[in-house]
Amino acid sequence: MSPLEIFFTALGMALVTLLCRAFFLIPNQDLPMPRWLREGLRYAPIAALAAVVAPELVLTQGHLIDTWRDARIFGAVAGLAFYVWRRSLFGTIVCGTSVMLALRFGLGW
Amino acid sequence: MRSRVASIRAEVLAIASRPMFREGAGDAVPMAIGIAAWGLVAGVAMAKSGMGVPLAIFMSILVYAGSAQIASLPLIVAGAPKWVVLVTTLCVNLRFMAFSFHYRPYFAHLPRTRRLALSYLMGDTNFALFIRRFPEHVPGHEYEDYFLGCALLTYGAWQLSIVTGIIAGHGIPASWGLGFAGTMALLALTCTQLRNPSTWAAAVVAACAAIAAYALPLKLNILVAIAAAVAVGFLTDHARAARAGAKP
Repeated sequence: MSPLEIFFTALGMALVTLLCRAFFLIPNQDLPMPRWLREGLRYAPIAALAAVVAPELVLTQGHLIDTWRDARIFGAVAGLAFYVWRRSLFGTIVCGTSVMLALRFGLGW
Repeated sequence: MRSRVASIRAEVLAIASRPMFREGAGDAVPMAIGIAAWGLVAGVAMAKSGMGVPLAIFMSILVYAGSAQIASLPLIVAGAPKWVVLVTTLCVNLRFMAFSFHYRPYFAHLPRTRRLALSYLMGDTNFALFIRRFPEHVPGHEYEDYFLGCALLTYGAWQLSIVTGIIAGHGIPASWGLGFAGTMALLALTCTQLRNPSTWAAAVVAACAAIAAYALPLKLNILVAIAAAVAVGFLTDHARAARAGAKP
């Protein structure tokens, strides 16, 4: 793409993104919605978070990892363990990332 | 003009000194390390796409959606049609629609321009922190102040790190695995949302669906995962309600 095309593509992306973010906040009245959707949508945010995280942990180049010696798995487990223990977001990030880095650079996983 | 600037400055200072704004900003501080690491990774990816520093910064500030930017980069580099880039952006960002649905009761009373301005600052981190702090909408809280404190701190950390990544570019090797810190931040946030068996079921189903459907184009796997989890969450709710009804 030429720089001008990228410029307009970026504008379009910004507009699409803002429309998604504002979707239910734009109308002044509540949108009519079936009850099952209203109840079901409660689970959409956690689903979105889980859906973004899971592939990052167990896929490499689109393929499921085929070895248990993957630094990310142990990092994630360590992070989860820390969260269960302390309920600290910061601690979870630091603990999980440290374990992953230690395994990657220490053992070359 | 000068008095206008002074009055805006006074208003900003007044908002920044409110207790709820401070609480929001304080809650966002621990997440900033994940945001910053992820921002750096996104910035480096932008630099490597070869679109040039000014355009990369322009896109980052205007779009402000890391996953969508990263997903669209290979398409832009390959010269894909614009509509493909926009549809990919839409699919990756559809989760924001769910966020806006949840924010509605908290912000519906504000003027529309104000609601749009808040929408621009929405993100995964703010949302998870906000819902953790305010699981239910009860009138009388300074929701907007908390949201702004949280969102502006996140915005600052993100933009600072992504611009650093764009400028540093190849100076930051991918082998450092910085992106993992961002993944861990999202993992921690996911844990904060696990409140009952239904949310557990929804999260597990979404995780499996996202992995199984990963090969789909346009990042549709996220959409598939959300649809599956919404269905399962709804069904487990009703199954539990039915069981509770059967054994009074």
